[in-house]
Amino acid sequence: MSGAVDRTTLPRPGPAPSVRFPAISTARLSSGIELRTVEHTGPPVIQWLLLLCHGSAADPATQPGLAALTADLLDEGSERRSVLDLHGALDRIGARLRVHVGPDTTTLSLTTLTQHAAAGLALLGEIATQPRFDSADFDRVRTLRRNRLRQMRTVPSAVADRVYIEALYQGHPYGHLGIGTDTALAGLTIDDVRQFHADTYRLKTGTLIAAGALTHERFRQIADAALGDLSVGGGRADGRERVTPGVPAEPSARLVVVNRPGAVQSEIRIGHVAVSRRTPQYHALRVMNMVLGGQFVSRLNRSLREEKGYTYGVRTGFDFRSAPGPFTMHGSVQADATVESVREVLDEMTALGGARPVTPSELDVARAALTKGYVRGFETAGQVARGVVQLVQHDLPADEYDQFVPRVNAVEAADVTSVAATHLCPDQAVVVVVGPAEKIEGGLETLNFGAPVRLEA
Amino acid sequence: MLDYTSRTLENGLDVIVHEDHRSPIVAVNLWYHVGSKNEQPGRTGLAHLFEHLMFEGSAHHDSGYFTPLQEAGAALNGSTNCDRTNYWEVVPTSALELALWLESDRMGYLLPALTEEKFENQREVVLNERRQQYENRPYGLALMALMAALYPSDHPYHWTTIGDTTDLRATTLDDAHAFFRTHYHPGNASVTVAGDVDTTRTLELVARYFEDIPAGMPPPRVLIHGSGTTDVKPNRETRLVLEDRVELPRLYLAWRTPALFAEGDATMDMVADLLAGGKTSRLYRALVRDGRIATDVSAAQSSRELTGWFCITATAAPGHELAELEQVIDAELGALSEQGPETQEVERSLAQVEAQFVYRLQTLGGFNGRSDQLNAYNVFAGDPGFIDQDRARYRGTTTDSVQRFAARQLGSGDRVALSIVPQGEAQRALPGSELARVS
Repeated sequence: MSGAVDRTTLPRPGPAPSVRFPAISTARLSSGIELRTVEHTGPPVIQWLLLLCHGSAADPATQPGLAALTADLLDEGSERRSVLDLHGALDRIGARLRVHVGPDTTTLSLTTLTQHAAAGLALLGEIATQPRFDSADFDRVRTLRRNRLRQMRTVPSAVADRVYIEALYQGHPYGHLGIGTDTALAGLTIDDVRQFHADTYRLKTGTLIAAGALTHERFRQIADAALGDLSVGGGRADGRERVTPGVPAEPSARLVVVNRPGAVQSEIRIGHVAVSRRTPQYHALRVMNMVLGGQFVSRLNRSLREEKGYTYGVRTGFDFRSAPGPFTMHGSVQADATVESVREVLDEMTALGGARPVTPSELDVARAALTKGYVRGFETAGQVARGVVQLVQHDLPADEYDQFVPRVNAVEAADVTSVAATHLCPDQAVVVVVGPAEKIEGGLETLNFGAPVRLEA
Repeated sequence: MLDYTSRTLENGLDVIVHEDHRSPIVAVNLWYHVGSKNEQPGRTGLAHLFEHLMFEGSAHHDSGYFTPLQEAGAALNGSTNCDRTNYWEVVPTSALELALWLESDRMGYLLPALTEEKFENQREVVLNERRQQYENRPYGLALMALMAALYPSDHPYHWTTIGDTTDLRATTLDDAHAFFRTHYHPGNASVTVAGDVDTTRTLELVARYFEDIPAGMPPPRVLIHGSGTTDVKPNRETRLVLEDRVELPRLYLAWRTPALFAEGDATMDMVADLLAGGKTSRLYRALVRDGRIATDVSAAQSSRELTGWFCITATAAPGHELAELEQVIDAELGALSEQGPETQEVERSLAQVEAQFVYRLQTLGGFNGRSDQLNAYNVFAGDPGFIDQDRARYRGTTTDSVQRFAARQLGSGDRVALSIVPQGEAQRALPGSELARVS
């Protein structure tokens, strides 16, 4: 291997590595909890994930924020342990606890060293099923969340996210952020939290997922020992274990401006309700999105960043949920380029399904970026465990990940054009701009979206 | 904890290889030992702007850095801080040569492709990055105010990496060319290849791609001006106020502390954890949980090459003032300095540090992955295998050393107290605060 490097052509990489998702073993613990385990070699780290099929969409209509507040209170002490004892126990084994409430699910995640796998899981079970729910803690944590809501009013991206989702899903279970609203939080009581927990934290309907450097058998033994005698509750009284939200009504507004006087940039969201994770067009949509705005070399980022310099970067994406989730372009652009940027996003959404369909080289890059890089997504125990979450949450077949590469490679230019024409709907899009209203409103009116609705942060 | 083989090419490039065959991927990670500390007043922000230019194409591939790599399934990025600039790709094993070709081309042959048009475009992108991440973000100018107050105007940490808007606008293509010639050459760089590779073959491969690039001149040493030492002490508290579009006032208390890997640096990490790491920490309990006068509190030792700094940040709850927060923080610092921590507290922090060292090993590439760590240890400690000594620094921490360094570093009145308050409410700053100068 000597001699000068040939700099006239780039080295050509070989074929994509074949991807086999590691085997997932399923078992049921003596307490009734379903367990899914993955053997994943690497550093001595174990990822435990407890997946519950309720999220912020399960908030009662008049109580947005209840699911997230309940989740936030889980680690404020248990029946047996004060908050200091509980966190002391987590800290002493170097465990990392994360509780995440999404629209459709709640996940409790605990990362720990393999040697502390059993102790970590026992703590996770205690946190999920035996929270203390002390009324003083309730009052304090609720106040912290109300203060956070207040602070979010000055964060342009947080304002844009909230206003956008409220406009898109008016009156729908997806129509609020997980944190909820100040009015709703003010009206909640500790009894609401206790009742919500009793109704939804029924581990019998949830799934415990484990990934790391242990065998399936060892995982099962540890889980049985740690959680075997846990009281896990029955099904819901009404028998509805999973409630998938229905179709939302028309958006409440098409063009919303939240005034941020003197702001140097406009924070922008553009999009509409799209598809659920189980859409048969999933792979074609992934490819199409890469072309439009899903990667650095996408049409929108190339144009708005690399050619015009209007932004640090823009992205588009489908939020694939249990029920149809949003397709969204998001980004922040210099204030004087607001109208031109919005117009360009809408134009590109139209063009990809018609006047300027995907080119052969764009298609190659989009498919290759998804397929050849796919194996990178399963490097850590945490990534593998979250892969299992997707399968369980959306009830996907066990070979879903093994089929990803061939299915993406089967997406042709005509498929991209077709899903762009069908699933990108600029004429139904909602546009939200958080920026200096006095500078941008006149121009936004020329978009033919009607007069902007002006909101306060 | 981290096996590797290393060698240095004749042109001065350090090459480090780490094998791991669990997944068919390879991480390429390249550090240039240059950051904003190597800039000159009047041209701040150049190191970071330059990082952007590295993605715009080089002489033999002048059409963007991203496309061929994304087409190969790569993840890639770069970042700049005050001390170093790093670039990385994570690729399928079969695309290793592609990544090495592109990295070596931009190390050896960037300038012929670096045009005025690219320069102007990326300057606009960086100005928008600055607007998005600093100017249009609540509390976003805090770091600039703190750095400017902690270090005198000719100190290389006086300015932040994003740079001054006026300087960015004044910077020219010629400045960028000169910056490249001074800092971007093999003798000022370290490349790590980690993952599904054979060590011997990979050392040869890296040599083949990089050995023809001429060795450069060693860059000028960064001098600390002012008092001539790394410790510039005005020896009094500097109180500053900044009005911002925020709902709640926030207090920043900042001290100059030991440099990265210097004595006391690891201990100050532990001090930060004892004070504000999680719900059992002293300040969280005193300010947030029990006192309920703050909505949040954090503390961190920022370990940097020339000198470190330590910062406690807390936001006032509605109905409370920063002076109350300051009083409680000072009382807690006093208690830690006078009585020292409980044994349990130190043990708990150590357990977390031990676990962190293992968690950090989970990813090969990207920011803070194994390849990035090997380069960091090589560049800052002169030894890619320094991870074991790094861990030993923490294991040596005792209740005594925590008490000693907390008292020594945080005990004097020599600090910067920055109040960020809602617009029109300057009176809510700590008493006697002067207007902070930021641009």
